[in-house]
Amino acid sequence: MTQLALVIDLNVCVGCHACVTNCKEWNTSGEAGPMVDQNPYGKDPTGTFFNRVQTFEVGVFPNTETIHFPKSCLHCEDPPCVPVCPTGASYKRKEDGIVLVDYDKCVGCKYCSWACPYGARELDEQQKVMKKCTLCVDRIYDTTMTAEERRPACVRACPTSARLFGDIHDPDSEVSKAIRESGGYPLMPEWGTNPANHYLPRRKTKLRIREDELERADNPLKIDSQLPKPGKAEPSLDDVTSW
Amino acid sequence: MHPAFSVVFLTTLIGAGQGLFLALFTVESYAAFGLLPAQTNSFYAIGSAIAMILLVLGLLASFFHLGHPERAWRTATKWRTSWLSREVIVLPAFMGTVFLYGVAHWFSINPVLAELPSGASVNITAVLGTLGTVLAFALYICTAMIYACLRFLREWHTPLTVINYILLGGASGFTLAAALAATEAPDVMPLLASWALIITALGLIGRAATLIRNARLKPKSTLQTAIGIKHPRIVQKAQGMMGGAFNTREFFHGQSVALLRSLKWAFLLTTFVIPLGLLSLGLSQAAGGTLLLAFVVQYLGLLAERWFFFAQANHPQNLYYQSVA
Repeated sequence: MTQLALVIDLNVCVGCHACVTNCKEWNTSGEAGPMVDQNPYGKDPTGTFFNRVQTFEVGVFPNTETIHFPKSCLHCEDPPCVPVCPTGASYKRKEDGIVLVDYDKCVGCKYCSWACPYGARELDEQQKVMKKCTLCVDRIYDTTMTAEERRPACVRACPTSARLFGDIHDPDSEVSKAIRESGGYPLMPEWGTNPANHYLPRRKTKLRIREDELERADNPLKIDSQLPKPGKAEPSLDDVTSW
Repeated sequence: MHPAFSVVFLTTLIGAGQGLFLALFTVESYAAFGLLPAQTNSFYAIGSAIAMILLVLGLLASFFHLGHPERAWRTATKWRTSWLSREVIVLPAFMGTVFLYGVAHWFSINPVLAELPSGASVNITAVLGTLGTVLAFALYICTAMIYACLRFLREWHTPLTVINYILLGGASGFTLAAALAATEAPDVMPLLASWALIITALGLIGRAATLIRNARLKPKSTLQTAIGIKHPRIVQKAQGMMGGAFNTREFFHGQSVALLRSLKWAFLLTTFVIPLGLLSLGLSQAAGGTLLLAFVVQYLGLLAERWFFFAQANHPQNLYYQSVA
């Protein structure tokens, strides 16, 4: 069994929205039809997106952290949106676990969006069908592309490599290792949806330096020691060099 | 949730239609066992016609909910998993049964199919009526389960939702049947009005129980579980867009808490308290106009009740859309 998924590293995401832009660019130009915008240049522009980056502030000033939180369909292993669909337009692929919508079967009743606790589905206001992240299914199997290019558009766009893509059922994949070794977690575990996408938590990078590491430990003859402090009146480096 | 008027009308109209049919067949069953004098065929036929009108209007309203109504036939395909699909199958089946029931009465095509040991005869309308009763209850259950099966919409995820759909649909249907009986079959009016009183009172108990239950609900999902960060204080600073999206339009009712609160008392009054008074008055004075007024008030109350039912459901996705910037 394969379950393709994204693993998103919140420790690395800088909230640049490049994934949002590239997702929209790739998916609006695809054979499934455009992701339509309303009022794109006017007041309150709105439109269909598969991916959003949200920002949260955690803590009380000055002890705050900014969390940039990319949000898209989590391709749940037990997707609540699929069984409720009356037409079968919403389905989960057996071969790779991607949850997809057949735009030709969807009646636009919005029931699946009610059944998704994450709000991952959006009704396209012009085509009147439900749309959501496809994990770039029209891209990742396209053999006319190089292996490097056969990854979701958002993953390709991320400048900080905050987005990893792979099979979370393969224990040796990059994503499985990341989940295992960096504390990957699912969203809203209380609903038992078993999301395939995981998030890696914010981590404080700490340097642990012991006292003996400040001086060379392999310095038995004590030849080098800490340099004497220069006198306050002596010229500093800035005074004698222009770099 | 944002209440869609298509669904508000669908659920209230077919609920009343089902209730009216159940009321008609209640009268026929009583009459079959000699507990009531037999009624004219025109009472049943007119009643079935009114039920049909309600059901057709409801079905019509439901099409306004669809983005692609021309593909509606597809919605009957996934009945194994989807309550919505089951409703799509049961509704036309029920409508067909009501239609045949009405036709059988209108043209007095009512051959005796069998005879019970007690001497009561089983007519074709009795068979159709029994089938229709089963389908009417199946339809109530399907309609209610569409909402009750969504486990994270906790205001809906309770057996009370199913009970209320049955009771509120039944109440409005029996009230309408009582108003109809006042002119068409005066000697069964007291029975129907009494049942309408009882079902309305039970509906009040059921709906009040739901309101009390929902007032005590503690959300299972929090911003902490939504983004997976364990900190008591998390504030949203951006939601990824500023002009709104499907997520901000579909899942928020956009009204003030004060309006919601006053609507709650308004629908409790108009769906239950006032109709109870009007039904008692109409029952004691045998006044058809008062009973009809009771139905109109109760139906308007049900519209408010259904609007509130949708608005009150708080979708967990709303956690991700707390503030624009």
